[in-house]
Amino acid sequence: MLNWMNNDIGGKDILRGSGRNILAGTMLMSAAVLAETSQAAVVQEIVSETGVRAYLVEDANLPMLSLSLSFRGGSATDPEGKAGLAYMVSGLIDEGAGSYDSRAFQAELEDNAIRLSFDSGQDSFKGELKTLTETRDHAFDLMRAALIEPRFDTEPVERVRNQIITEIRRRENDPDFIASRTWFASAFPDHPYGRPTRGTESSISAIELRDLRNFVSTRFARDNLSIGVSGDISATELMVLLDRTFGDLPPESKAPEIVDTTPVLGETIITRLPIPQSVVRFGHKGIARDDPDYYAAYVANYLLGGGGFSSRLMQEIREKRGLAYGASSYLHDTEHAPLWFGGVATRNDAVAQSIEILKAEAAKMAAGEISEEDLANAKTYLTGSFPLRLTSNDQVARVLLDMQVEKLGIDYLDKRNGIIEALSLDDIKRSSARLFDEPPLISIVGAPEGLGG
Amino acid sequence: MTTIALNLAAAAKATVFEPETFALDNGLEVVVVSNHRAPVVAHWLWYKVGSADSPWGQSGIAHFLEHLMFKGTESLAAGEFSKIVARNGGNDNAMTGQDFTAYFQVIARDRLELVMGMEADRMANLKLDTEHVASERDVVLEERRLRVDNEPSAIFQEQLNASQFLHHPYRFPVIGWFSEMEAYSREKALDFYKQWYAPNNAILVVAGDITADELRPIAERTYGKVASKTVPERSRVAEPPQSVERRMELASSRVQQPTLVRSYLAPSFNSDDGGHAYALEVLSELFGSGSTSRLYVSLVIEQSLAAGAGSAYRGTSLDQSVFRLYASPRPDVDMDALEAALDAEIETLLRDGVKQDELDRVKGRMVAEAIYARDSLSGAARAFGAALTTGLTIEDVESWPSRIAAVTVEEVMAAARLVIDDKRAVTGRLIPGDA
Repeated sequence: MLNWMNNDIGGKDILRGSGRNILAGTMLMSAAVLAETSQAAVVQEIVSETGVRAYLVEDANLPMLSLSLSFRGGSATDPEGKAGLAYMVSGLIDEGAGSYDSRAFQAELEDNAIRLSFDSGQDSFKGELKTLTETRDHAFDLMRAALIEPRFDTEPVERVRNQIITEIRRRENDPDFIASRTWFASAFPDHPYGRPTRGTESSISAIELRDLRNFVSTRFARDNLSIGVSGDISATELMVLLDRTFGDLPPESKAPEIVDTTPVLGETIITRLPIPQSVVRFGHKGIARDDPDYYAAYVANYLLGGGGFSSRLMQEIREKRGLAYGASSYLHDTEHAPLWFGGVATRNDAVAQSIEILKAEAAKMAAGEISEEDLANAKTYLTGSFPLRLTSNDQVARVLLDMQVEKLGIDYLDKRNGIIEALSLDDIKRSSARLFDEPPLISIVGAPEGLGG
Repeated sequence: MTTIALNLAAAAKATVFEPETFALDNGLEVVVVSNHRAPVVAHWLWYKVGSADSPWGQSGIAHFLEHLMFKGTESLAAGEFSKIVARNGGNDNAMTGQDFTAYFQVIARDRLELVMGMEADRMANLKLDTEHVASERDVVLEERRLRVDNEPSAIFQEQLNASQFLHHPYRFPVIGWFSEMEAYSREKALDFYKQWYAPNNAILVVAGDITADELRPIAERTYGKVASKTVPERSRVAEPPQSVERRMELASSRVQQPTLVRSYLAPSFNSDDGGHAYALEVLSELFGSGSTSRLYVSLVIEQSLAAGAGSAYRGTSLDQSVFRLYASPRPDVDMDALEAALDAEIETLLRDGVKQDELDRVKGRMVAEAIYARDSLSGAARAFGAALTTGLTIEDVESWPSRIAAVTVEEVMAAARLVIDDKRAVTGRLIPGDA
């Protein structure tokens, strides 16, 4: 089931706004406690008998749990000419698996209020499961079937193929999508990152049954799997379910390795479209998640464009001049080409001015125009807001997954704010000079005035 | 299935958020939902005023005022509100709907009094200078271009909505018509503010690591200082009965993937004197929500006509709501064929009704999923805000699972027959074209 198909048009009701011998496995308990929490969030590392690892935060306040998982290797590993394969698989493995055909599988999920969904990013294939405690075992069994015994019956394969093609057509006219796609195609002309993750009409049409089966048998394995769980389950209960759910996956993934690269920069690309507001996307190389300067660069970006209303781009472009509704930037932590990326949407006669402001503000950051007060304000926000990311099971499960994928360590929740606190103004200036040392590649979609092309 | 039986039985007495409530002397209603997972609170202030209360010729002014509320008070400079929240590790924003305007901050519990003090301050002491009003008018015009004018599907939705309501102010877009937005002024915004913003016209919802006993003294020290005042009745003109089917078609060169929408006038919880709103929620779920719904199974899976199909209904509306059906054709499928298939499904529903086991499955999952709503601070705040600003009570929210569980086959069909009537419908097609 593709998520985008649900509720194209808004409107919701008032409440919404988804056994082996346990002693044989090893269970590691860490002392990682998020110090500020009133009910300490203790992160446990679970290693099942078959070697499946997960981070767990037990929380029995509600009779439910959330699980997030990822397999390393995503859309960037799609074969040549088959772009969109990982995405198509993500829409199909819950459309019939094991003894359930497509409708029966979806009925098992919906009738039991089990939410199971998959998605693909460039670097990983992700899944999320949400279940009530009373349907927990069944939920894990359904997830197991989706990952290990997907059926790929003809009806759902052709239906989902059609759905993806209609989605591609819809996005052909979405200025945000065109601006991003153009940026990535230009920045990565010879690398998988330059291809659209959801493919093209011709690449989706070219995907065959054996491609789908081959993806499942080569990408889903125990050695590239990471799992985060938050909610009403004990470590021993989870260990049993990990074996039962993931124990039959092959031990090793055979996803092709993707080479590291850097974006090709240097030009401004204009895609003409008769719309009243131009969409601008910009970016250049970023700083890797495991780089010693990563956190300092994170703070530098917070000051420039990551800090909402407090950021310099928002102040200069929106608050002082009324040129746009929003302007923002972020560190895009892709595995093989870390990026700094951002965007602004502005009326056609103000595009040139907005881009000038962007360049001028980035230049000030590169030149070290950053005060102790800027740093202090960034620190109080970034440390104070960290617990806000941990207020629901869904959020906690995602953070636990991220901690493993990015190799942040089981004590990350404890140590993360200390890392931010320890940054000096020199750290920020040094990383800022590194981060903003080149003009961005800019992609514009619309009818901008005063710009060539 | 045993699971479903369990859920429905438990639902008869299940509650959802188990809130505590109190009121201040100045009339501010306060709802507290305790959740001690993290030392964090979500603080939401909801005003019982929205875009449908905008004066004639000033569509969207409620939303414009929402933006201007960040532009300073007697004691706080423009833009300082959000900066102070950020410096204290919090996130803040605001939203405007047809019936409400809401402001929120999510922040560490030991900073709650700070944001409550600032929110209480701007309830009474907004100070606007002309320059800030002018630049913010440009910002909301950019917001309109972003959300509507750049998107043919959004223009289509806006036109469809304006066609559905002939007279009632729900016909106006929340963000406003462009020409009227250009004419916004400081004085118009302040007039609207003075008329509607008062503690006795607001609901405070705080969810998170706090109890009512802990919150009450803080609320008294902050909001308690704001005087109550006379606030007008929210009396909107009544929508006359629709007596003829309406159709519209938007053809745009910027559309490659068509959409079909059928929209019917429908009662909301508040406007409903026949008890149909709960049945309509169940009907919407059964007929058009998810991949086992009737529309999806028939149009998408069995007949292979549509890429997507479904329904949408929101009961939290002060006045009449709408019940919508939509479908998006597969490549090369004719729109007439798609609409005929939609009509055939409607006819089958009205002729053959719904089955008891089908109804039980849908109700079971709706009730079970109420648990998930509790797993989010802002989910609780939004549920109470949306309900209490549209004429509902705390008890309505808390008894929602048992009310849903009690919906019968007969009630679903009575609601379907009331609402699904060509004379209450607007049918719209968004298609590729030259324009």
